[in-house]
Amino acid sequence: MTETIVVTSGKGGVGKTTTSASLAVGLAQRGKKVAVIDFDVGLRNLDLIMGCERRVVYDFVNVIHDECTLKQALIKDKRIETLYVLAASQTRDKDALSKEGVERVLDELVKSNFDYVICDSPAGIEKGAALAMYFADRAIVVVNPEVSSVRDSDRILGLLASKTRRAELGKGGVEQHLLLTRYNPGRVANGDMMGINDVKEILGIEVIGVIPESPGVLTASNAGVPVILDTESDAGQAYADAVARLCGEQRPLRFIQAQKKGLLARLFGS
Amino acid sequence: MGLLDFLRSRPKNTATLATERLRIIVAQERATNGRPDYLPLLRRELLEVIRKYVNVDPDAIDIHIQREGTSDVLELSVALPEKLRAAAAAKAAAPAGEN
Repeated sequence: MTETIVVTSGKGGVGKTTTSASLAVGLAQRGKKVAVIDFDVGLRNLDLIMGCERRVVYDFVNVIHDECTLKQALIKDKRIETLYVLAASQTRDKDALSKEGVERVLDELVKSNFDYVICDSPAGIEKGAALAMYFADRAIVVVNPEVSSVRDSDRILGLLASKTRRAELGKGGVEQHLLLTRYNPGRVANGDMMGINDVKEILGIEVIGVIPESPGVLTASNAGVPVILDTESDAGQAYADAVARLCGEQRPLRFIQAQKKGLLARLFGS
Repeated sequence: MGLLDFLRSRPKNTATLATERLRIIVAQERATNGRPDYLPLLRRELLEVIRKYVNVDPDAIDIHIQREGTSDVLELSVALPEKLRAAAAAKAAAPAGEN
């Protein structure tokens, strides 16, 4: 059984690609056969975050246009045996993706016995984003605790409930999970940032993970190493927890309490 | 600096403000999303036609589309002015006894 998971958000810059990369690595680390696909035609970045940008020969659009086989275009990860990356095209126009083409590639991945296909959606609600979600079984909606991100995510939830194959076939839509990123417990405690329950209540879906705002995310992307592989960082550990929950394990949320400052730090600042 | 911050009065809690604003806008957008684009125009034209006969308030027309099972139901309600409504009620009451 292949499960197709879309990582989406509506708004740009909230951490979709970071999340796609880390979820793909996390699932592959558990022995699952995983393909992660970049749907952002024209603005590919997943290859950089995965650290395989220099090994891209063929891309997603080449496969759809029959210019190469899927096997040729899948880039095998150097760190984990069972992980493959399919890069987006950098040059072609947005119409390069078609519903039939995407379906054909996903069907071939099913036949090749992949356990998971992670679809990294572009921002917005245009064609690329629509196709990334269309064939999904589950959706990870990446949200920053910030007004425009939450509003855009609600729009995406509406589309997931109506503009997907599962919805059209009457299979009850796509299973939706909320992943909060750039969460800053200190600011939440100060009343400067919406808390987990605020966002959860507005959007009305269950939380699969909370990723704290962390310097580890930038250093990981600098190095082309998905942050989940940085087991020292809080963000990496939080992603590992999210992967565990995705696989059905129960894990309490971590890194959601503000660090208590000592009396001296409080008096003299930090 | 820390001491000054501590002594200064706390600013307004903006997270609560954000939550309240989002609750309202999200509820509003959920109600309008998925509705056909022609609804506002339909509403305006219907209002024009009705006003040829009855002088109703511009806000008196309510249009909803609801999904009931496999079909969509267009629901239209027009609130008539006070006086007319009383007259209509009296008219409706009279023949009711005969049926």
